[in-house]
Amino acid sequence: MKNLSILLLMLVAGIFACSENKQDTPVDNQPDLVADSNNGDIQLPENFGAVVVSDSVGRGRHIAVNENGDMYVRLRRAKNDGGIVLLKDENGDGKADSDKYFVTSTGTDIRLYNGYLYYSHKDGIYRIKLENGELPENWTEETIATFPTQESGHVSKSFTFDNAGNMYVNFGSISNACQEEKRTKGSPGQDPCPELEVRAGVWRFSADKLNQTQENDGYRYATGIRNIVGLDWNDQDNTLYVTQHGRDQLSELWPDSFTDEQRRDLPAEEFLRVNDGDDFGWPYCFYDQFQKKRVTAPEYGGDGQQSERCEGTKDPLVAFPGHMAPNDLLFYTGDQFPDKYKNGAFIAFHGSWNRAPFDQAGFFVVFVPFNNGEPSQDWEVFADGFAGPTPVKQPRDAVARPCGLAQGPDGSLYVVDSQKGKVWRIFYKSA
Amino acid sequence: MRRLVFLSFAVSIFTACGTASSSKNEKEDEKLSVVEVSEARINAGKEVYQTYCFACHMQDGGGVPNLNPPLIKSPWVNGDKETLIKIVLNGSAGGQYEVDGELFYSAMTPHNFLSDQQIADVLTFVRNNFENKASAVTAEEVLKIRNALKQE
Ligand code: HEC
Repeated sequence: MKNLSILLLMLVAGIFACSENKQDTPVDNQPDLVADSNNGDIQLPENFGAVVVSDSVGRGRHIAVNENGDMYVRLRRAKNDGGIVLLKDENGDGKADSDKYFVTSTGTDIRLYNGYLYYSHKDGIYRIKLENGELPENWTEETIATFPTQESGHVSKSFTFDNAGNMYVNFGSISNACQEEKRTKGSPGQDPCPELEVRAGVWRFSADKLNQTQENDGYRYATGIRNIVGLDWNDQDNTLYVTQHGRDQLSELWPDSFTDEQRRDLPAEEFLRVNDGDDFGWPYCFYDQFQKKRVTAPEYGGDGQQSERCEGTKDPLVAFPGHMAPNDLLFYTGDQFPDKYKNGAFIAFHGSWNRAPFDQAGFFVVFVPFNNGEPSQDWEVFADGFAGPTPVKQPRDAVARPCGLAQGPDGSLYVVDSQKGKVWRIFYKSA
Repeated sequence: MRRLVFLSFAVSIFTACGTASSSKNEKEDEKLSVVEVSEARINAGKEVYQTYCFACHMQDGGGVPNLNPPLIKSPWVNGDKETLIKIVLNGSAGGQYEVDGELFYSAMTPHNFLSDQQIADVLTFVRNNFENKASAVTAEEVLKIRNALKQE
């Protein structure tokens, strides 16, 4: 009985909440853009709202939004024979009114640059010329770069552009920690790690030249980065920023040196400012966010305390708890959100898989404020609840996993999920 | 009431396990004899799974998208025992085993440090769980393939 009355109360409160939402003024000049009553099952800060653009476009990775509002989502598994889906909102209510699936390859990243749509596959980067901002009926694909076939490991390629005609591409490591025997207990690290010659870093290419290869045209811009999925160019300081996925399995591989609790939390996921020539230490070191320093990896004789192998490596700007998988990074340059968001960084955390037997973590979008060009350590969870109401024991349990971010022409923030491909458009409702 | 549901669930699992020596895979098993699936071996296999496999393949056998493949309804788990035993003994570099139209790019640790009996048990467990149904694996079968691999 008691339960019933509580339920009733909640229902009534819910109805009130809904009708209140409806009265909210939407974004300036966009009377039709009204938040869904539950913001599409995510939680947002006060005065923000969200509409669900589409609830299942396929296994989404990253997203790009053009000046005309066209939304392109890159898929890691083809749907309707397409590896990209173009979503159009014809009437301005935020919801997709049409979808068009195209290109045969699948992959992770997608960006608009100089009137072209660029997208990556694990072994190359391609582009299609748009006509007046529209995808032509008879589009043709050009090859910007092809890479040595990578069959395993961190195969996804992410990329971004600077303002000087360059493109920066992530080459993730094949291995977890460059061990002699892959993911094997007690196996020492290869020294030097041969992967660093061709992977585990950022390579720079020309943004426009066709048919480049890593060998002939790539320049190793930064090294010692295990895997990046999110990278973005910051126009404020003209610098590349990336988010790195830290290594796995400290306690499984080195049970004498690390407990399961330590393995759950370590190493940090890192937000990095990347300059030409930087080294971030992988595989010789990892970042311990509690000691606030890089320490030598156990594969190279480290005991979790000493830092012998880490001299000359650069620290992260912000160190996040381990394994949460920061899969996209976006500097917010729009005018729609309140001032505090301008030029700050949004990071989409895809959520962990290897914190078991503890609950998994992440599955949210974080905001890192920037003041005078420097990030604040007080990052905050901006959008939460993607995974659903119950604790996540394994990734399959998560209802949604945020994976990609984009900014729309009006300053709305788009988030794409990788489970079913739900897409949200988040906006600020006049206070 | 809840307990009752749980009980009947448990019973249905038991009966499923008890009758699991399948017909579907008999062809593949011609070379290696078909063996009755026993309760004790499944329970022993579950323990091996909890210790050595679940961190990557997850509690429910569902795996991790892009990284570690699911064991649920896996053609490899239900398929030919020789390949399956080799996967466990040798591990894999990644990107080799397609499940439900997808590849998985992380690496699997070689598990040759497990005993023949442990490998037989864990494979018998996964072949009769996670919506799979296939015959048991014996320690003799594991030993045979371990020896064959040594000669390669
Ligand atoms: C370090 C993580 C890891 C551990 C531990 C691990 N696996 Fe795997 N497993 C993988 C990966 C990754 C693949 C896919 C490798 C590939 O495609 O090359 C795989 C593939 C498989 C496959 C074939 C594909 C499929 O889904 O059916 C089977 C069967 C399998 N593992 C069973 C096991 C068993 C049994 C154990 C425990 C004894 C185990 N694995 C432990 C990561 C792991």
